[in-house]
Amino acid sequence: MSIEILTERLITRRQAVSFGSTALLAIALFGLPVTSAEATPKQAKNRLSELTKGAERQKGRVHITLPKLTQDGKRTRIKVAIDSPMTDDDFVRSLHIVAERNTYPDIASYELSPLSGKAEIVTRIRIAKSQTIIVAAEMNDGSVYYAKARCKVARGAGGCG
Amino acid sequence: MKPDTPRIDMPTTAKIGEVIQIKTKIRHPMETGWRKSNDGQTVPRNRLTQFSCSFEGETIINAQYDSGVASDPYLLFYAKVTKAGLFDFRWEGDNNQVIHSQVALNIHL
Repeated sequence: MSIEILTERLITRRQAVSFGSTALLAIALFGLPVTSAEATPKQAKNRLSELTKGAERQKGRVHITLPKLTQDGKRTRIKVAIDSPMTDDDFVRSLHIVAERNTYPDIASYELSPLSGKAEIVTRIRIAKSQTIIVAAEMNDGSVYYAKARCKVARGAGGCG
Repeated sequence: MKPDTPRIDMPTTAKIGEVIQIKTKIRHPMETGWRKSNDGQTVPRNRLTQFSCSFEGETIINAQYDSGVASDPYLLFYAKVTKAGLFDFRWEGDNNQVIHSQVALNIHL
């Protein structure tokens, strides 16, 4: 009799445990990835506003060279050139590269100086999936210019991750 | 994995006022800390977070690297030549990694 009660209790406890674990599994499968696997274009824009200290962004002066289609999102070459004489009175203070649909929007931020001579950089970035890359440049007078470029990542290529 | 010596491609002599191109590349896995290896273990984060290049104490470029920078970070940038001196390249990363390299530039007339 007592053994029966014990087994019953054990079963109910096991059921409770298994229910709990399936609930956790369900959260892990459906709940978390939606919020953590990928940033949204809105998050990217908010992050860009944070990086440029809320200054108003104008289109122009920034030129991005990015392939329209890439086989390898793990390392995609990006060239950023900004129309600026890079003199002591007029230079690019910083430039920020942000991705709309990577796991985390930030890619890299660069601080330049008049000693750079030419406002141009080339680097390699991770692009998790087909998306838009935004580059914003902050001039020494505080004005912010930006440009967007779209890159399609071929199916099967990797990215962040 | 210990990172090897960085590769820096730049001219060793230049004229005053010239703008020179500097290419840098360093071997580094740039692990985000999100990836899982084949046996299901999370690969610990190991990233370079900062790069800076200065010339005789004056900063030319300063970069903050985030998760979107590809492994083996490559960076091409420019510098204006004002005098002969030493270019100082410095990478900083997680676990107090610091990689440091210097290249001398001479002036030819």
